[in-house]
Amino acid sequence: MFGPKTSSASEELQVIAPSKLSIENVSKRFRTGTGDVLALDHINLQVGEGAFVCLVGPSGCGKTTLLNIIAGLEKPDSGRVLADGKRVTGPGRDRLVMFQESALFPWLDVFGNVLFPLKLKPQLTNKDRRDVARYYLELVGLTRFERANIHELSGGMKQRVALARALAPNPRVLLMDEPFAALDALTREQLYGDLQRIWKERKKTIVFVTHNVREAACLGDRVLLFSPNPGRIQDEFEIDLARPRDINSVDLASYSSRIMRSLKGFNAEPAEVPL
Amino acid sequence: MRRFVSAAIFVIAMICLWHWIARLTNKPMLFPLPWQVWEYLKSAAEDGTLCQATLVTMRRLVVGYIFGIVVGLPLGLLTARWRVLQDTLGVLALGLQTLPSVCWVPLALVWFGQTEAAMLFVVVMGTLWSVIIATETGVRNVPPIYRRAALTMGSRRLHIWFKVILPAALPFIVSGMKQGWAFAWRSLMAAEIFVSILTGFGLGQLLQFGRDQSAMEQVVGIMVVIVVIGLLADKIFFSPVERFLHRRWGTS
Repeated sequence: MFGPKTSSASEELQVIAPSKLSIENVSKRFRTGTGDVLALDHINLQVGEGAFVCLVGPSGCGKTTLLNIIAGLEKPDSGRVLADGKRVTGPGRDRLVMFQESALFPWLDVFGNVLFPLKLKPQLTNKDRRDVARYYLELVGLTRFERANIHELSGGMKQRVALARALAPNPRVLLMDEPFAALDALTREQLYGDLQRIWKERKKTIVFVTHNVREAACLGDRVLLFSPNPGRIQDEFEIDLARPRDINSVDLASYSSRIMRSLKGFNAEPAEVPL
Repeated sequence: MRRFVSAAIFVIAMICLWHWIARLTNKPMLFPLPWQVWEYLKSAAEDGTLCQATLVTMRRLVVGYIFGIVVGLPLGLLTARWRVLQDTLGVLALGLQTLPSVCWVPLALVWFGQTEAAMLFVVVMGTLWSVIIATETGVRNVPPIYRRAALTMGSRRLHIWFKVILPAALPFIVSGMKQGWAFAWRSLMAAEIFVSILTGFGLGQLLQFGRDQSAMEQVVGIMVVIVVIGLLADKIFFSPVERFLHRRWGTS
């Protein structure tokens, strides 16, 4: 903190080698009014550097819980998560989360929100921080809305700001918890394109939770299918399609129908398992 | 401008109505005419008593109010943070907030005598509890996702409290401060009417002197001054803050 200020905006914007996640034997149990739910049952998962992994499954299958455990916001009952070989013991700037609701701070304007995580990096000067924030606002196409208040933005714009805020501290892992679920189809499609472009440009490792099979097939290199109660990885698919992918393409549809078949295999009725 | 004009017309109409009713009753000793009140205010302003009294009252109010906030805000935060404090101090604050702060006046007199400290005590009792409760409520209503988001961005403990939870609770805190101001103002007036403090005569005391001398134009004149000060405080201090909050949060 008291060292010389060697870092500059250009250095801050440099691409860092993405990290690797290793999830080893992670289990998590929740006590509810109706009894115990085994949200995660000995989950093992390796996420390669720069991979885009989607976790799909019906609600209550524990995919969000797993994401929170990787983020360090929740602790597993057993097992461990390694990020870059180091055990995860709590939340950290190397693994930023994008939530379903944007979780933007209404007391700050758009620029202030993107600046927030940068202010927590003591090695940056204020000018660096502003430059970095501007860079990411441009990346998500919101330069014009720098001074807008959060409530003035549409749902899609809010998620763009949330994405810029998550990217700003240059995390190596981006954890996304159904970030587009509340958006309309058109906005979502735009964001699929943007996210793929940004992922490629900024070389992040992304773990993306969704219940939308098509979305998973569109975005992920790998799609992991979760089954609920106990939460397990039921199936895995490699999506071998060129990028950028279009959510409406025929090839993608064949992938998503394969995933859908597998999903229906263990989930005959549309399950709303209480958690 | 249009709003100003309509407000001005309203005030003039009220004065005319007042004048008319006062004329009808024709008992200037009991129901003074507007110009009598104006004459009193003018003479009191000229000989300095009004200005002096206003200063004395405002000093008591502002000092007590600031003290109440400086103590109440941290107590509210602590109450929201620890369950033990919520069950003890929180309940106490809730109970004492329902107590009209005039009820503190007799006790303040016994404890502090006819001193400034007694006045201050009453004002602080008027402010403190609503600030504590508003801060606690505000903090409890902060959506947990803000805290979680801040945690992932590397914010911890004190940083979270000052940069996330406190600003997120601001709308509640401001309305608590506004309520505290209203309570402080009421309790101070009651205390000043009840008690003569030799170290300074406030507006409440001027009002009471008016009654003692059966000078109703003085009583009404001081009432007008009190109303005007209340309005000014709202327009100058609270309104801009509330406007800012509405603009930022998008509530209105």
